Amino acid sequence: MTMVKILFYVMAFVTLGSALVVAAGKNLVRSIFMFFVTLFGLAGLYVLALADFVAVTQVVIYVGGILVLILFAFMLSGKEALDKIEEQSSKFISLKNAPALFLAALFVVIMLNVVFKAQVDSLPWIKVAVETHNVMPVDGTAINEIGVNLMTRYLLPFEVISILLMVALIGAAHLSRREGANQT
Amino acid sequence: MITQQEFMIVSVLLFCIGLFIIVSKKNAIQILIGIELMLNAAILNLVAFGKFDRANNGGQVFALFAIVLAAATTAVALAIILNVYRRYKTINPDKINQLKD
Repeated sequence: MTMVKILFYVMAFVTLGSALVVAAGKNLVRSIFMFFVTLFGLAGLYVLALADFVAVTQVVIYVGGILVLILFAFMLSGKEALDKIEEQSSKFISLKNAPALFLAALFVVIMLNVVFKAQVDSLPWIKVAVETHNVMPVDGTAINEIGVNLMTRYLLPFEVISILLMVALIGAAHLSRREGANQT
Repeated sequence: MITQQEFMIVSVLLFCIGLFIIVSKKNAIQILIGIELMLNAAILNLVAFGKFDRANNGGQVFALFAIVLAAATTAVALAIILNVYRRYKTINPDKINQLKD
């Protein structure tokens, strides 16, 4: 039981626990803030998977951008939506949630089966990668290669995604415009 | 050393919690949170396997792209939710059942 492993279990526990609170909570604001904790836990897991740059991006984009957006949408959609939620049954296991619980449990069983059957630790290409020392270094020099790869090998997806982001932002701005403003 | 299997188990559980939220919740914003959880589970897999691709960084770079795509999706989805709220005064997806008003 090394330190890394303990940290991994702590992070996994924080992530899954806060996700469960999001699923069980009846208060929307509280569930949004627990989602915040889930995202931080996931960033920790990314660090443990030797992807520090992705972890920092996760914190900046998800926590800084998406969460604030969700909070804004929640605040703007008014008090009535809040009251509606309180009516909703808060119990995790109730008859209304039974189909969802059943579906999720079935998915857990099937996907865990797949994971155990696939034996992902002894996949051929992973063995080749370990033999040829194609594994991420632990000393943070991998960030260099991400930058170089992003500008050479993945330049086309990079540009395409920038166009898509622009389209999405213009679309969102157009959609959230007040009605009647287009006559002017 | 953390094995790939452990990462995949965490990601499976996260995915299923997201699925549960999507099916059971009666609020569009909470459903959006569930979708984000499922996306994050997928990104966790990409990152975990990206560890074995030092030369090309395939997993990590596409994890970055997926995060940016999720941001774009959320922006559009929230704009739609705000519009729906303005028109129907509710964001319960079960109650929104007409195409024209």
